[in-house]
Amino acid sequence: MKMLAKRYKYFLALIVINIVVYVLYPSVGQKSMNITWNNTVEMLSVIPPIFVLLGLLDVWVQRETMIKLMGEKSGIVGILIAFFLGSAAAGPLYAAFPIAGVLLHKGSKFSNVLIFIGAWSTTKIPMLLFEGSAMGLNFMLTRFVIDIHGIMVIAYVTEKLLNEKEKQYIYDQAGNVVA
Amino acid sequence: MRLEALIIADTDIYKKADEVETGLEQNLCAEKLRYFRKECMNMFAIMMYIVAFCLLILSFIKDRKKTLLAMKKAWKSFENILPQFLAIIVIIGIMLAILSPEVISGLIGEKSGWLGMLMAALVGSITLIPGFVAFPLTAALLKNGAGIMQIAVFISTLMMVGIVSIPLEIKYFGKKAALLRNSLAFVFSFIAAIAIGVVLR
Repeated sequence: MKMLAKRYKYFLALIVINIVVYVLYPSVGQKSMNITWNNTVEMLSVIPPIFVLLGLLDVWVQRETMIKLMGEKSGIVGILIAFFLGSAAAGPLYAAFPIAGVLLHKGSKFSNVLIFIGAWSTTKIPMLLFEGSAMGLNFMLTRFVIDIHGIMVIAYVTEKLLNEKEKQYIYDQAGNVVA
Repeated sequence: MRLEALIIADTDIYKKADEVETGLEQNLCAEKLRYFRKECMNMFAIMMYIVAFCLLILSFIKDRKKTLLAMKKAWKSFENILPQFLAIIVIIGIMLAILSPEVISGLIGEKSGWLGMLMAALVGSITLIPGFVAFPLTAALLKNGAGIMQIAVFISTLMMVGIVSIPLEIKYFGKKAALLRNSLAFVFSFIAAIAIGVVLR
């Protein structure tokens, strides 16, 4: 019980803040509770398959296979797989990090994992369709073309600026979080 | 002097009426878009369910033990991250209640130039608005005269820079990589916005 409270301390503190807001500004508090509830329902409806796929990926795809597909020497294939995995997903960005953890754990190249995160955040297909309908096709296409390059540049620069020790730490950390 | 004041009051009334009208229009438009988005997202979510379910069955036929292990891992990873997920969702709730579409419009709608862009980028970095709320908002802002570069930088930072989810990102990528990725994405958002501004001018 005590451990549970400790693990959820930020969540509990935020709930308290929300209640305080509700007491002081009922309309804002009410609204935030509504939004939180809607988002929770949305999260719970979108997230189960993501984690099922994560579990299956972890159990069935061998480290050697993953290294071949997305590892240090995977080249263009690794990049394309990273883009595809990120773009075909549905779900909020914060759901992408656990999957990124498994990809790292299995030996994917760090820049490929960053490309996966970049694709998940900006080139998700349902999001692009929605953007096209709201902002116009030209806006969507222009941003899409620019973002593909940006995602790759960000991934490579981030990886280049990390030294071996820092990268090793990230890979070790991924092992801890997953297993 | 008096006449002037009257004229000003008069135009104010027209402005108000205009605002109400565009507000209604926006609501209708947003409603339509929201519906469209729901269909779209639902389709993808359902596809994810189908793919996950099929693979799960396949896995179960091939190896029961491994499948059970996979489910255990799935649950463990989820449970492991649930406190952060819940915290993020509550923060988003409080934030969206305070930073309502109206407030965001006020912050980035009218200011133009570099200051407007910086403001848009900051709001985009701090907030974590799902696309189905963000796009109708940005479409409406654009219609009401906000600059395309301000809107573009807002959308880019909204998607790529996540200050709220940084603690979670640090857990997986470490402090340096997470901060680097987010700052690079922040800078890149300006480049993307300028490019969009040039192309769509």
